[in-house]
Amino acid sequence: MPRMKVDDSAMVSILFSPVIALGQAAISTVEFIGGVGYLMRDTIFSVRDALFGKRGRRLGWKNLWTQMSRVGVHSVPIVCLVIFCIGAILALQMAPILRDYGALPQLADIIAIAVFRELGPLVAAIVLTGFAGASIAAELGTMVVSEEIEALEAEAISPIRFLVVPRVLATTVMMVCLAVISDLMGAAGGMATSRIFVGVGIPQYFQHTFSAIKLQDFLTGLIKAGVFGAIISSFACFLGLGVTGGAEGVGSATTRTVVLTIVALIIVDLIFTAVFYHLGW
Amino acid sequence: MPDPAVQVLDVTKTFGNRKILDAIRLDVFQGETLVILGGSGSGKSTLLRLMIGNLRPDGGDIIAHGKNLCRMTQRERDDYRKTIGVLFQSGALFNSMTIADNVALPLREHTDLAEETIAIMVKIKLELVGLREHANKMPAQLSGGMKKRAGLARAIALDPKILFYDEPSAGLDPVTTAEIDQLISDLNHKLGVTTVVVTHDMGSAFRIADRMVLLDRGKFVISGTPELLRNSQDPLVKQFVHGLTVGPLTDRQRTGAYEVDLLGGEL
Repeated sequence: MPRMKVDDSAMVSILFSPVIALGQAAISTVEFIGGVGYLMRDTIFSVRDALFGKRGRRLGWKNLWTQMSRVGVHSVPIVCLVIFCIGAILALQMAPILRDYGALPQLADIIAIAVFRELGPLVAAIVLTGFAGASIAAELGTMVVSEEIEALEAEAISPIRFLVVPRVLATTVMMVCLAVISDLMGAAGGMATSRIFVGVGIPQYFQHTFSAIKLQDFLTGLIKAGVFGAIISSFACFLGLGVTGGAEGVGSATTRTVVLTIVALIIVDLIFTAVFYHLGW
Repeated sequence: MPDPAVQVLDVTKTFGNRKILDAIRLDVFQGETLVILGGSGSGKSTLLRLMIGNLRPDGGDIIAHGKNLCRMTQRERDDYRKTIGVLFQSGALFNSMTIADNVALPLREHTDLAEETIAIMVKIKLELVGLREHANKMPAQLSGGMKKRAGLARAIALDPKILFYDEPSAGLDPVTTAEIDQLISDLNHKLGVTTVVVTHDMGSAFRIADRMVLLDRGKFVISGTPELLRNSQDPLVKQFVHGLTVGPLTDRQRTGAYEVDLLGGEL
């Protein structure tokens, strides 16, 4: 009977729709990671060619410099403000508990470890995602829409070498620099709050900070920062260059860049932390 | 007949389920101005993108300067692209650079010329398209016609052997269109550049074409001199060339079984 058949297929589609949705999500995730992976591979090859190619070094310093100032320099004040506040918040949150235990000077140790190992690089990366990631995705997406990418290809200029390489290099380098600034500002935020509201003296705070932080705490933070920078820029470039469908496509690529990058940053951070934990770093 | 500069051999291109080009054969002869005509969605822009190597065909071959474009390595394809110039529909200028920098970019990227030499060459190219005084403006400060002329100056920066134009008259007023057409003819005659123009503007097509082809639903309907197309008695060619509201092109749109659609798919 034909009517039964319709109901059967409806039942089947209801039963299987979560499975299908899950499968599609898995496929698109793998496709996305694969796409970003290919882009990173091409980027690394391009950097190699630019450094050791037949025509000598042609990295385009001017272009790289422009991107570094755009990505890094302009985001310094915001990173400073945010991480300073986070340092201050940590100090205020921790102070009552530590006071109960009579371990108030240890405030500096906690803030130092939290900021140098974790929050400094992560907060800088999240600010940079909003700052540089979104603007790179929007910029490249607009270039796709206005046929600029096609024009580059038609001029035999690789969009990877010309657009992606300077952005990825600039973001990675500047992310490491920002992490250093962020570390220092976070500690400064904690110190200022401790001095003014909690009553821990600056020399004491300094002393505790330096005794708590080992070189590897600082370095693991910087390694993470470099990887964060590469993730931010490669996601932004991949999604920007993949724009289809005009202004709306640019908007959705920008949103997806910010959301997916932040998710990826947190997951990668977790993986790093787990690995460092097992290595005892 | 001179040798063909580009040969399109049985090229097929499909996007999803839609067959855009269906076993197309086309020779572009050296030094001629070939106009590819067709309505929106007829596949003419796709054909252009295949000929410049920005798309790969699903079947068939494209031979350019005696080499198969579909089997080229990236480096060979780039070498081919250095011998062609493309003017995109919007001009496709790089918005972050001045007009002069736009024109200088291919020279900076592909030659080892000194900056002073490049500056002179840029001035020559800009003078050819009448934009020398606007060299230091940004693309956003130019009108539509000026953007196209600047795009053209960039396309001829490396003295190409073949120039491709994608809808050069789209979005321009009649006078500017005529100016661009004049430029296309001049470049073809003065520099001896093989010219391929994709358009649906009949006025401009008749002004510049040595030869025309009409593309419809992925196939060529007619190919020949402008006179042949103008005097063709084929109903489809006649409708397209003369812009008639009645004919096979419009009939096709009306065969969508209106009654079936109205009655919710049951009849």
